[in-house]
Amino acid sequence: MTDGWFAGLDPDDTTAAAERVASGRADAPEDWPATAVDAGYTADTEEYYERLRAATMEATEAAVTERERADDQQLVHAVRAMADCERTANELAERVAEWGGSRYGEAGSGVGYARRIAEGEVGDGGESGDRALRSLAERVVDVSEEADELRAYIERTAPAVAPNLSMLAGPVLAARLISLSGGLESLAKQPSGTVQLLGAEDALFAHLRGGAPSPKHGIIFTHEYVSGTRREERGSAARALAGKLSIAARIDHYSGDRRPDLQRELDERMERIRSRGGDGE
Amino acid sequence: MTPSLPGGVERRDFDGTTAIATQGHPEYGEATDGQYRRWNPHRSKLGAMLALGMDTGLEADQKTLYLGAAAGTTVSHVADLGGPTYAVEFAPRPARDLLSVADHRPNIFPLLKDARKPESYAHVVEPVDVVVQDVATRGQARVAALNRRFLDGEGRLLAAVKARSEDVTADPEAVFEAVVAELRDHYELLDTEQLDPYHEDHLGVVARPLE
Repeated sequence: MTDGWFAGLDPDDTTAAAERVASGRADAPEDWPATAVDAGYTADTEEYYERLRAATMEATEAAVTERERADDQQLVHAVRAMADCERTANELAERVAEWGGSRYGEAGSGVGYARRIAEGEVGDGGESGDRALRSLAERVVDVSEEADELRAYIERTAPAVAPNLSMLAGPVLAARLISLSGGLESLAKQPSGTVQLLGAEDALFAHLRGGAPSPKHGIIFTHEYVSGTRREERGSAARALAGKLSIAARIDHYSGDRRPDLQRELDERMERIRSRGGDGE
Repeated sequence: MTPSLPGGVERRDFDGTTAIATQGHPEYGEATDGQYRRWNPHRSKLGAMLALGMDTGLEADQKTLYLGAAAGTTVSHVADLGGPTYAVEFAPRPARDLLSVADHRPNIFPLLKDARKPESYAHVVEPVDVVVQDVATRGQARVAALNRRFLDGEGRLLAAVKARSEDVTADPEAVFEAVVAELRDHYELLDTEQLDPYHEDHLGVVARPLE
């Protein structure tokens, strides 16, 4: 015995009905209008359809709104904030290293060195200069941890916004590509040659002015399929990857369907590129 | 020969050309003539099936389950025929447009659900007279089989099979053959016809469920 969406509900509670429409289940359909009238949920079939419409409209409206809120612009903000935090943490860490070197003579570098100062492993002195430096080092650690949290947020949300693009590129590169083109829609509308060079605009314009070699890849260089491919084949790898990423972005924007086959097609294409010429390594 | 049209669908004259039309609120910039609005077969696979004269068995006031409602272009015409119309769409973006089509029609019940998981909407959808299927996903025959449960022996499946959704690289004829063979496990096929010139590499299918 399965229940219809209305079973046990207060007829006036549209919100509860909408939740049931969204989350309920049944193996097979039944004559729900008649069942609802029998159960006293509605007086007649006409009223049944009115209530069903109110519930399905509210349920679908809520589900669509929820998906829109996890939208591409939120992802753009998050990935830009992450980049800001990483850059700021690195800049401040350099300052900490320079200052620390002058006080303790030990040459460290990066966020790791700042963390050691913040935790008192280096220069655990009580002078006011020690305290000021330690406080700055603590800020570096905080900002760096903020970048990690933003990265985790992007890894959680990118697959909902752009499932196929996230599958092929990884969530963070997917978010960066969306951010560089301004949104998922504009990314979906760009030719794959543009996607290939997103993030390499400076190099591209240097090339167009003359003299400089043409860039083969932009931010997609961070993808293992480009950076891990032999230099002579990197242009081909970047072009092939960009082509698949463009298709993925279009599917994500226009249909939202998941296409697991894209990954297999990309893997096969890369295998062919990497195995041709050279020694196959 | 002029095939008979379902009640509620008429041939009307739009700027000198005769086209099928229904009565209702315009939704997608289609031509109108008084209360009538043109059912554009280039925008709608079901519209193409009707324009090509396929015997769909559609009638006014039938209960309909529409799988792959998208932005609601075809759903709006189906709902104009008057029966309760359950519109299932999986992607949120087109579903936003579907909601505004439903705003103008009290007999549309929009559902943001996956047509491959009928158990997620069988608690809402009652048994229907017609299942219309236009899902651009691999495994279209499987979707039809899974949704067989909503039809009784007299019901009709009206499906538009998209060859490129099954396999972009394969020859469409071969894809249609495979899909039709799989459909025959669950349905008796009454008519099949390719939908060109309106839709390339699409096969229109009219079928009745096997007992």
